[in-house]
Amino acid sequence: MFDRVLEVLPEIAAAMGQTLTMLLVAIPLAVLLGTPLGVLLYTIGPNGLKHKPKLHRILDGLVNLVRSFPFLILLIAIIPVTRFIVGTTIGTAAVIVPLTINAIPYFARFVEQNLSQLGGGVVEAARSMGASRFQIVRDVLIVEAKPGLVSSITIMTVSFISYSAMAGLVGGGGIGDFAIRYGYYRYETPLMITAIVLMILLVTIVQLSGSYLARRLDKRL
Amino acid sequence: MIQIQNVSTSFAAAGGTFTAVDDVSLHVKRGSIQGIIGFSGAGKSTLLRNINLLERPTSGRVLVDGVDLMSLSDAELRTKRHGIGMIFQHFNLLNNLTAQENVELSLKFAGVGKAERRRRAAETLDIVDLADKAASYPAKLSGGQKQRVAIARALATEPKVLLCDEPTSAVDPRTTSSVLQYLADVNAKFGITIVVVTHEMNVIKAIADNVAVMEDGRVVEQFDLTELERPGFRPATSIGRYLISDKIQLERSERSVPAAAPSEGLINV
Repeated sequence: MFDRVLEVLPEIAAAMGQTLTMLLVAIPLAVLLGTPLGVLLYTIGPNGLKHKPKLHRILDGLVNLVRSFPFLILLIAIIPVTRFIVGTTIGTAAVIVPLTINAIPYFARFVEQNLSQLGGGVVEAARSMGASRFQIVRDVLIVEAKPGLVSSITIMTVSFISYSAMAGLVGGGGIGDFAIRYGYYRYETPLMITAIVLMILLVTIVQLSGSYLARRLDKRL
Repeated sequence: MIQIQNVSTSFAAAGGTFTAVDDVSLHVKRGSIQGIIGFSGAGKSTLLRNINLLERPTSGRVLVDGVDLMSLSDAELRTKRHGIGMIFQHFNLLNNLTAQENVELSLKFAGVGKAERRRRAAETLDIVDLADKAASYPAKLSGGQKQRVAIARALATEPKVLLCDEPTSAVDPRTTSSVLQYLADVNAKFGITIVVVTHEMNVIKAIADNVAVMEDGRVVEQFDLTELERPGFRPATSIGRYLISDKIQLERSERSVPAAAPSEGLINV
């Protein structure tokens, strides 16, 4: 049994590398692009700094639209977009596009929720100090929401480890795809277990370090 | 210093509009301490927020140091606000910033450079005797200390006016006098005009030069605190009389079950 695991070890290593690549590109991109979207959703929302009902409805609807797609369907539906952005529709690079597109509105919701939970006191204080809206967002809201945002990034990363398992559909590889191909299609149970243990390890490491970092950043206690 | 002229403020509410401030005129003299007292919902906090336009009046005029605030652009108003400090009942400090960083924030918004911010924040923390707490986060500070950090934050930009919204309502009585002492000190030392909104007459008696009594969005009467020492002085309105009596008055009805006699107590020695 271990011989077989050792035999495909290079493939397992490659699959882990692919999973990490997907996460290391998609998650930072989602944070980078989802944060402004989330801030905008909050800012023009009913309790935001500048309520714009119409624009909010449109944006809110768009976010819901993207979030409604089952990931598998999204993966296929946006193939033309994927081809346009990365020039190919198969392989790890091709999976990163739908992963990111799925992750952006997902993270935007997290940002919106984290900001709206802060309470109006600090915003009012900042306004009284003559802060502009941009300053309120950058120097007050993001600062106070930071521990919550780190927890949200952790949750998102764990979710996307699972989503990345569907990458196999477009030849994206990754450890989840490995588990499906060897474990499910070929009944090689030891290989499936190996892959799953690796995924458990990955999730545990992500969760532990995320929780640790959030605790370190949170100064409320 | 502050002129409030025929200011009214209404909000959209279920089934019509709610008028929080109803045709109020008030003149606060330069360097004085103005008290505004009233019960919950009297409109006093809204009136205070009218002074720096955190709440924009529906009608009327607000002049601070001769400038009509409502005629200013957004950018001009923000600049003007650097000269109007404000503190709050629940302090409204940023939990994830140290005392020093909290104080620096008002300077940052005012466009002060980093080195200068650091120097002035340290200086201002020293005024409220919290130099040793500069590196502490709010969670590690007592209520009184938090309010003093908030005072330092408001003072760092060297404002001419300090607005105080229930500054002592969330701290215990001994801390109250300490917070008020700092406010009285900065008023005396820097000549800052202070407006204090409170529901506690103690606070008004301790610190204010003049008090406006509010009820249902209106200023129903106004008098100098020196009046209180004049024999025979009696506020004109019942709410004014109630507030200066400053007692908790209950109407206690006869007990249906008589209180236990001492000998019937639980402890039989």
